[in-house]
Amino acid sequence: MSHLLAPVFETGFFESDAVRTAVIVGTVVALVAGALGVFTVMRGQSFAAEAFGDIGTTGGSGAFLLGVGPLPGFLASGVLAAGAMELVGIQRARGRDLATGIVLGAALGLAALFLYLDSTVHDTTGAAVTILFGSIFTIAGSTIPLVAILAGAAAAILLVIHRPLLLSTVSPEIASARGVPVRLVGAMYLLALAATVALCALTIGSILSTALLIGPAAAALRATRRPGRAILLAGLLGVAAVWLGIVLAYDSYYWPSRGNAWPVSFFVVTIVFCLYLLSGVPAWRQRQREKRADG
Amino acid sequence: MSGEEVLAVEHVHVRLGGRTVLEDVSFQIRAGEFTGLIGSNGAGKTTLFRVVLGLTPASRGRVLVAGGARTRRNPLIGYVPQKFLLDPDMPLRARDLVALGIDAHRFGIARPSRARRERAEEMLAAVDALDFADARVGLLSGGEQQRVLIAHALVGRPRLLLADEPLANLDLRSADEVVALLARIAREQRIAVFISAHEINPLLPVMDRVVYLAGGRAVSGPAQEVVRSDVLSRLYGHHVDVLHVHGRVIVIAGADEGLEGHELRFPAVEPSS
Repeated sequence: MSHLLAPVFETGFFESDAVRTAVIVGTVVALVAGALGVFTVMRGQSFAAEAFGDIGTTGGSGAFLLGVGPLPGFLASGVLAAGAMELVGIQRARGRDLATGIVLGAALGLAALFLYLDSTVHDTTGAAVTILFGSIFTIAGSTIPLVAILAGAAAAILLVIHRPLLLSTVSPEIASARGVPVRLVGAMYLLALAATVALCALTIGSILSTALLIGPAAAALRATRRPGRAILLAGLLGVAAVWLGIVLAYDSYYWPSRGNAWPVSFFVVTIVFCLYLLSGVPAWRQRQREKRADG
Repeated sequence: MSGEEVLAVEHVHVRLGGRTVLEDVSFQIRAGEFTGLIGSNGAGKTTLFRVVLGLTPASRGRVLVAGGARTRRNPLIGYVPQKFLLDPDMPLRARDLVALGIDAHRFGIARPSRARRERAEEMLAAVDALDFADARVGLLSGGEQQRVLIAHALVGRPRLLLADEPLANLDLRSADEVVALLARIAREQRIAVFISAHEINPLLPVMDRVVYLAGGRAVSGPAQEVVRSDVLSRLYGHHVDVLHVHGRVIVIAGADEGLEGHELRFPAVEPSS
């Protein structure tokens, strides 16, 4: 089959270890991100995901400085942030602005220092780009087990709490009246979200991470009325975006400015954005039809 | 027509933040009865519901549900919260929300079954919601959402249905429909229906019993025995007029009592202050 597609996939596409790792990591991450993303959109907690991603910059660049890969750093800072959010209770709208402004500002200031040190002390000029914007082709194959464990843990948490979580999302009052430990369920969800955002940050960079989490989920939520289907669809859209992004980035090596492949993250984020725009088309056409019917 | 006792509230006192919210509140509710909890805003209606649900502890007194001590998760109570308006983007059909009432408090993997689907369908039929069973809940009107929520609360086969201000934000016709529906449910399913409202008139045609709250204290009994000038005057601690005009009841409680402007909202006629 691969020889049929040779014109699309330049020679060596399937043989490359970097591509194989990228496809495996990207697929696993997109599937988990779809599931967590649907709940994040429903709960209106995109801000928390964004905060995990931003703070992940600090953790990722710090980890780089210590000579470990960025993923443990993304994860550690995300989990710390989740704990802080739970304690301070900034899930509520009022505390949100302040906490976002002050804590995120301080964390990103630290990230600026770490990224500077990364490029001077370690002489790794690519650190900033890798952490902020991701480079899926440079992920070491040895990272796959940790990716699998984190993705599995996030999915397992979601699987265990999904019904009480859905009920608390619909109405915290009803949920607590029915004996659901609403706060505990919310905290477990935040933990799973932190792990998922860390994975997204590894795949497409810390400051782009929410695109993979929120974009496919938001598009899926426009297209279906049922949570289970939304999760499935979001996962599939995410996987499609990542695969297509990888293929295009691999091919772009032979595009103008020959010899320099374009970043995968650019393609993934752009595809996700286009999918989101496309998902709005049916509703838009419906409105146009209604307008015509009225007129 | 009175059935067995489903809810007994015995000498309940609640203090919140140093303020006495409920003071020696006692009443009983029976199966098959429709009971209205009437009081102005701030009278303690929501607090009383939270005590019955076990979400707010009583500082004194006790609550018995079906003769037993109330537990935190009580499958005998179905609950419809106040001011429920679902986001229009929430991917949840009416039938999904009703099905959540069966097992959504459980952890772990859900096993969809035909029995579960049929039970939800049955409840949707009981509240006349089959027409919009497949619509997104967030896109339904206030009255329709209210009916879906009632089905959600009833699907777990409770003995007591609590609804906090289910008529707020509803137009007159939808409010009458919801009241008629709740009264029918009380009779047909032999459960105790207990709803709060700040306006008594929509409930008068169907109410078997009223629990009247004012200043944290309560009187209860059949409406004609409670909503009387002498009884309410004793409850409020000052003179209260009860007028009957064209089948409607107008309660005029003096403004000097609570100093709360809300007190003036309850009567249809505003007393001079």
